[in-house]
Amino acid sequence: MNTLPVTAYHTSAISCLSCHLLCRRGKMVARMPGICPRCGARLHIRKKNSISRTWALILTAMMFYLPANILPITHLSQLGVVQSDTIISGVIYFFETGMWPIALIILIASIFIPLLKLIVLIYLLISVQRRSTWRPRERTRLYRITEVVGRWSMVDIYVVTILVALIKLGAVADIDAGPAALFFSAVVVITMLAAMSFDPRLIWDAQESHDE
Amino acid sequence: MKDHTFIACHECDLIHRLPLVRPGHVARCSRCNAVLVRPKSNSVERTLALSLTGLMLFFIANAFPFLSFSLETEERQTTLLSGVFTLYAQNQWAVAGLVLLTIFLIPLVQLSGLLYIYVPLYFGKTARRTPAVFRLIRKLQPWSMMEVFMLGILVSVAKLAEMAQVVPGISLYALMALIFVLAAIAATIDPHHLWLKWEQSQ
Repeated sequence: MNTLPVTAYHTSAISCLSCHLLCRRGKMVARMPGICPRCGARLHIRKKNSISRTWALILTAMMFYLPANILPITHLSQLGVVQSDTIISGVIYFFETGMWPIALIILIASIFIPLLKLIVLIYLLISVQRRSTWRPRERTRLYRITEVVGRWSMVDIYVVTILVALIKLGAVADIDAGPAALFFSAVVVITMLAAMSFDPRLIWDAQESHDE
Repeated sequence: MKDHTFIACHECDLIHRLPLVRPGHVARCSRCNAVLVRPKSNSVERTLALSLTGLMLFFIANAFPFLSFSLETEERQTTLLSGVFTLYAQNQWAVAGLVLLTIFLIPLVQLSGLLYIYVPLYFGKTARRTPAVFRLIRKLQPWSMMEVFMLGILVSVAKLAEMAQVVPGISLYALMALIFVLAAIAATIDPHHLWLKWEQSQ
C-alpha cells in the first residue's frame, strides 16, 4: 500500500467503543470533553494505558496460576477419610476411570485455556511493542478467540459449587472447597480483564506508521 | 459533529462508509474482518418477546431444585443458589460472590434492563435512561455465564453418577431453555438500530 489507510485516528475522529458513533475530535472536546454525545460513554482514541494495564493483569494472573494448580480445590471426606484433590488430580482421576470426555473438558477449560490466553496476550503485547507488521489480520483473529474462550474456564468453579451443595451428608460424605478455588477464580477473572484491556487497534497502528 | 454516513471499525480503526445492509446480512470490516453492523428484522419485537420468556424461565429455574442426589438413605437437593450459600458458609465468600454474580445477578440485571428499554420501545416511546442501561447490558455480556454453568452441571452429573443416584429436577429443563433464549437474545439485539431510534427520539 502506498497511501495511508483512512482510520479514525488519521482523520482526527474518534470512534465510540460503546455505540460505534464516529465523532469529530476537535468540536467534541470543546463541548463535552471525552464523552460520546449519543450514548454518554467515555471516549478514548485508544483504550487507556492499554499496554501497561494488560501487562499488569497478566503478571498478576501468572502469580495466581501456580497456587491455583498446586493447592487442593476440593477436600472430600468419606467415612472419616479425607481426600484432597487438585485440578490436575481431578483430571487424572477422570482419565483413569475411563471418563475421558469429562477429563478433556476440564483439562482444556481449566489448564489449557488460561495458559494459552496468557501466552497469546504476552505474544500480542510484545508484537505491538516491537511495532511488528507481521500478519495483523491473523493476530486480530487470535485476539478475538482469546476474548471469547476465557469464560469457559469457569466450568471447574461451577462443578465445585454444585458438588459442595449436593454432597453434604455429614459423616457419610462431605465436600469442602479448597484454597485453589479462590486462586483459580482470580485467574479466570483477571485474564478476562486482561483480554478486555488490550486494544486490538494497536496491532494495526504499527501497520500504518510502516506504510508512511 | 455526529457522522452517520461513516463508521470506524472498533477493532482496527479503519473508516468505512456505512453500507446499506439488508436484515439478516452482516457487514464486515474489509481490513480485519470484524463485524461492523448486523441488522435484524423485527429486532425490537423479538428482543422484547425473548426477554419476557427469559425472565419467566429465570424465575422457574431459581424456584425449584435442579438436581437431587441420593446416597443410601440420605437425599440432597440443590437449587441454583444453594451452592452459593454453601460456599459462603465455608468462608469462600469471594468465590461465592463470583458465582452469585455470573449465574444470578448479572443475567437478572440484563433481562430486567432489556425489558426497561424494549417495552417502551415496542410502544413507540423511549425510556429516559436507555443509553446508560444499554451500555451496562453490553458491558456485562461477557460476565453472564449461564451456558458455562450448564457445562458444569454436566460434568458434576458425570462425576456423581457412579457414586450415587442423580435425578434432574424441573428447573434443569427451564435452565436449558434459558440458555437458548439468552443466546437468541444476543443474536437478535441490533445495537445500531437501537442507537438510531434513541437519537430520533431526542
